[in-house]
Amino acid sequence: MTELLARIRLRYRYPIILLRAMVITDFKLRYQASLLGYLWTVLRPLALFSILFIVFVKFLRLGKDIPYFPVYLLLGIVIWGFFYEATSQGLLSLVTRADLLRKISFPRYVVVLSIGASVLISFGLNLLVILLFMALLRVPVRLDILLLPLLFLELIALSIALAFFLSALYVRFRDLNYIWEVGMQAAFYAVPIIYPLTLVPARYARLLILNPLAQIIQDARYVMVTDQTETISQLYSTPWVRVIPVGITIVLAVASVVYFRRQSRSFAEEA
Amino acid sequence: MAEPMIQVRDLSKDFLLPHLRQTTLKGKVLNVFRKSRTMEVQQALRDISFNVERGEFLGVVGRNGSGKSTLLKILAGIYVPTRGSVAVGGKLVPFIELGVGFNPELTGRENVYLNGALLGFSKGEVEAMYDDIVAFAELEESMDQKLKNYSSGMQVRIAFSVATRAKADVLLIDEVLAVGDAAFQRKCFEHFRALKKKGTTIVFVTHDMSAVREFCDRAILIEECSILAQGSADDIATKYTELFNPQPVATPPAQGKRGGSGAIRYIGVAVPAQLAAEGSLTLELDAVAEQDVDEPTYGFVIKSSSGAPVLGTNSLLKRQPTGSLRKGERVRIAWSVPNVFSDGLHHVDLTITDRQGLAVYDHWEEAASFTVVKEEKTPYIVTPDTSLVIG
Repeated sequence: MTELLARIRLRYRYPIILLRAMVITDFKLRYQASLLGYLWTVLRPLALFSILFIVFVKFLRLGKDIPYFPVYLLLGIVIWGFFYEATSQGLLSLVTRADLLRKISFPRYVVVLSIGASVLISFGLNLLVILLFMALLRVPVRLDILLLPLLFLELIALSIALAFFLSALYVRFRDLNYIWEVGMQAAFYAVPIIYPLTLVPARYARLLILNPLAQIIQDARYVMVTDQTETISQLYSTPWVRVIPVGITIVLAVASVVYFRRQSRSFAEEA
Repeated sequence: MAEPMIQVRDLSKDFLLPHLRQTTLKGKVLNVFRKSRTMEVQQALRDISFNVERGEFLGVVGRNGSGKSTLLKILAGIYVPTRGSVAVGGKLVPFIELGVGFNPELTGRENVYLNGALLGFSKGEVEAMYDDIVAFAELEESMDQKLKNYSSGMQVRIAFSVATRAKADVLLIDEVLAVGDAAFQRKCFEHFRALKKKGTTIVFVTHDMSAVREFCDRAILIEECSILAQGSADDIATKYTELFNPQPVATPPAQGKRGGSGAIRYIGVAVPAQLAAEGSLTLELDAVAEQDVDEPTYGFVIKSSSGAPVLGTNSLLKRQPTGSLRKGERVRIAWSVPNVFSDGLHHVDLTITDRQGLAVYDHWEEAASFTVVKEEKTPYIVTPDTSLVIG
């Protein structure tokens, strides 16, 4: 057992060292020469939140019947933000680091993982802000919140899987970033982030919620903020439907890893 | 004899020509509808086979674009061979160039840690050797400046200093010696000597034939994607030099720019391709008069590889009468020049003018080239034989 552990440690020693160095470098460089520095990690989603809050909550009076709607909205935006950053930055990652790929032989997945790790750190900081909001608004905490790590695991798996797939595909098809950008703008409205799912006719809602990201956002809101929100469990009578979004995530993850591994042999030549 | 450290068998590498590849979705979609999909293949390496024994220092030489660097990248595991196999026993240094991954926006210190990580050193390990790295690079004062404020020489020093720490059985080096000042190059050489003593297997791609002669046990010459020759470092270095200077023959190779009226012109240039430290340079020139000329002036200039004139003279300065030539008459001019040149490639410019040096009959830039091989490598334009007594 200890021998196996030692073998694993030896095998992943170099990838871990690299991953660490890349994440640290990325963080050092990202907010260099900016006045507020790391604060921007939190300020950006807060700014988007303020805008959406003013437009949709104050003027359009969305979400009146949902308790703690500001936290509910912010949580949706932060989860969306993680997904968006991980996939769109992940997409560019291999091509951005092409100089490294062409000159060093190292496990290629480290490049994509380093983006994932950076984005995850920002996500963690944003969650702290949400907890702060929750405390300020005195949101009651229920035991359901213990399910949150599982949901985040699903979120991370989904986002990183797509990042792997997109990054490898982008090496070959350089249109992909534009396509993804447009797709993400559409997806922002296809996922119930700013509107409550109750606004959508039930048959569309039942379809929307099969999207893993929609399922994750709604479930996270349910366990963290309020049980007065529709999740996949409320929309379907049978609990087996839960398997669909999780299944989609698993299939995506496996397919992405297989595709990435197959393509990684030629990254040095094509990136 | 133990297993070879590196075994390369029938290795070939093809690249798809980039301008014909469809790298956008639109191109791909449009291509589906076309009947014939053209895929042009560019061959980079063809049927390469060789072994490198444990502790051997192998030089890989060849012209630009011959495939040397591709070969090194395949050995390093960066490119995957199209056909054939490569087997490397032991740990390989994962990079082949200095300063890979350096970021100009980070400080020297941060770059040392980053570069160290690329070499496989953890933060703690880099910390432990940090002072030594900085001391070796002689950059104690500027480690907290951003790398973009470093001179290129400083960058190379710090990169090399980190690279020397790499622990590996096989080292792949691509053209490191092309950069840095003389003092730095000396440090590189010392490091290579130490590595060789320790028994590290090294594959070394270079254009510097004196380095090949000095360090390599064996060398391979790659020309047009395949191995043209392999053998002792000396033989290969000579063969390589001959690639650029086809035999010194009577028919002049049309190399540099040539001008002048042509009333009398050079028809044969014989210059040795190699010049050892002990020898002297002989220029044997044949000229033919196309018209009657009276007292022409024969001259030459030797230039260094960078084009800086090193020395030169002409028959007028030497006050040597040259006589008259009838149309069609030939003349042989033989110069002998002591070898004061510095190590490396040199070019010869040849001229024939009238007696006053006003009318130019023949002006031939880089009519020939020769390579000087000297142990003593100075950064100066000439390296005459000096002597030193101490004590």
